[in-house]
Amino acid sequence: MDEQPLSPLSPAISVSTTVALPRQQPNATSRVDVRGIFKHLRRHLPLWVGLVILGFFLALVVAAPLIATHDPLEQDLLNRLKAPSAQHWFGTDELGRDVFSRVVYGTRVSLPSAVVVVILVTVIGSLLGAVAGFYGGLIGGVIMRLADLTLAFPGIVLALAIASLIGPSLQNMLLAACFVLWPEYARLMRSQVLVIRSQEYVTAARSYGMPERQILFKHVLPNAWTPLLIKAALDVGGILLLVSALSFFGLGIRPPTPEWGAMISEGQAKFFNWWIATFPGLAIFFVMLGFNLVSEGLRDWLDPRERQ
Amino acid sequence: MTQYFVRRLLLTIPMLIGITLVLFLLYNLIQIDPLTVIIPDVGFKNPQAVENAIREWGLDKPLPQQYLTYLANIVRGDLGTSFVTRNPVMDDLRTRLPATIELAVAALLFAGVVGIPVGLLAGFWRGSLFDRFWWLVSLINACFPPFWIGLVLLTVFWYNLDIAAGPGRLPARMDYPPTVTGFMTVDALLAGRWDAFFAALSHLVLPTIVLGGYTLAVVLRLTRAAIIEEMRKEYIRTARSKGLRERTVLLRHALRNVLLPLVTLLGLAFASLLGGAVMTETIFDWPGLGQYLVKASINLDYPAIQGGTLLIATTYILVNLLVDLLYGVLDPRVRDG
Repeated sequence: MDEQPLSPLSPAISVSTTVALPRQQPNATSRVDVRGIFKHLRRHLPLWVGLVILGFFLALVVAAPLIATHDPLEQDLLNRLKAPSAQHWFGTDELGRDVFSRVVYGTRVSLPSAVVVVILVTVIGSLLGAVAGFYGGLIGGVIMRLADLTLAFPGIVLALAIASLIGPSLQNMLLAACFVLWPEYARLMRSQVLVIRSQEYVTAARSYGMPERQILFKHVLPNAWTPLLIKAALDVGGILLLVSALSFFGLGIRPPTPEWGAMISEGQAKFFNWWIATFPGLAIFFVMLGFNLVSEGLRDWLDPRERQ
Repeated sequence: MTQYFVRRLLLTIPMLIGITLVLFLLYNLIQIDPLTVIIPDVGFKNPQAVENAIREWGLDKPLPQQYLTYLANIVRGDLGTSFVTRNPVMDDLRTRLPATIELAVAALLFAGVVGIPVGLLAGFWRGSLFDRFWWLVSLINACFPPFWIGLVLLTVFWYNLDIAAGPGRLPARMDYPPTVTGFMTVDALLAGRWDAFFAALSHLVLPTIVLGGYTLAVVLRLTRAAIIEEMRKEYIRTARSKGLRERTVLLRHALRNVLLPLVTLLGLAFASLLGGAVMTETIFDWPGLGQYLVKASINLDYPAIQGGTLLIATTYILVNLLVDLLYGVLDPRVRDG
């Protein structure tokens, strides 16, 4: 408890100011106000467009079997490498599989893996960061130095090395992604905890004899979560890119599973059969667009300095 | 001043040792027989080679001592032998590094030349049509998976329209100029080969756009944020209230102060370049570090993965060191604070 919580180098200050809660909107009315809604929509257009795009992909995840026109794994060697047509909207790949159906089913692979990674790193990173910030000392020092070391590698490079060392598979790829991503969450959580630790209500809890661990879980963690959740929401797109890049290199999700990155890799250097790589790439593009629009919108909404 | 530099330099040493430790532990945790990392498969039939390797890398010694041997070997420049190329990893890395640097410099130039002026103006004219247009461009740009957009550009501009150069550093049938520096453009000039020089330049165009575009988003966003931050300051209000023209306020007052935060940008941009190079080089068959690392990862070429990762992380740390030192030179508050 001897560490100065608000050192000038701590990013805590900027973090806590940028995350003002949206419920403090001054002109929120309870009455249904059509003009107001329209104004709100126009003002937060990126956010809503992003949400619509993501909603569309979520619908694809849920309704993939209804939307897909073919079995994504079914090979049809007589119809290999066919250009897009009324029968095969996005054409067929080298094994005669329907690219459209594979792109649609791909939502069930790429999106959930990105979400799983985000949940895992948020939990792992925030627990490690909370321990480092709350208890400090040797363990805290070790955790934060490990975080520094991990951040000394460019993410994709370390992920590549780890994924190949432990062998290509879905679980190992998720593991590699978590290994690369946890430090940012740990740093954010630690800076949050350092601020909250010195709040008066924590001192009060301590003064009537609440055990340290209980203080951490009852008072500190619940108040430290918000920025991490926002970061997690903003990170999903980037993680999806990392996951599909690893699969593109053949170190993530393996064929024949219809993963977008792996599908792009199958279409690599087949310049004449452009459709094999183009459509899964467009799928990644639109998902990224959805996530980036939402994160732009959220940032705009949450950062009071951005409001004019 | 000297104290700041010395302190910053000393802080780098544990970092460098740390990354070697991480790589060493990674290998030992996953229980790969270290011998397979050091000698190619054929060497196993030769008891003499096995024994030499055991002695050289201290494999009969306890783990901490093995680590020290590993460190000593790195210092001597011995990173083991690649399974695939059968060359010492150090030699492979040395021949591939210039290709990556050449591409990275071109990409950094592209990102800087486009990103810094556009970011400055977008922040200065915040909320204008110009600002919104570039917001949209950089948003869309940031959504393209680099490994896909490279493929699309190749398909359209090389395969279909034939107005851009294809993969590789030179056309397939062209003789390579003798290697002096490893930078294709420089080597071509040194050999007086203008045809090779222009061919090398044209082969740089598409990969530069892909890799530079990947970095552009970072550059643009940071520059814009920096100028917005700067324009809020009191001295800008003073300058405006004196009746100075907006152009003078931007160029004479804000710009000078905004250049400083832009130095940090160099470090961040470099990080995204190294990450982007891995994807860009694969698509464009660019014989650099990124492609080497990807091939090594696919072929489970452990010594090459280990050496390549080590080199990239070391470069990254050294660039950050350089950025910090530069910052200290430019801003007295940093070194004295």
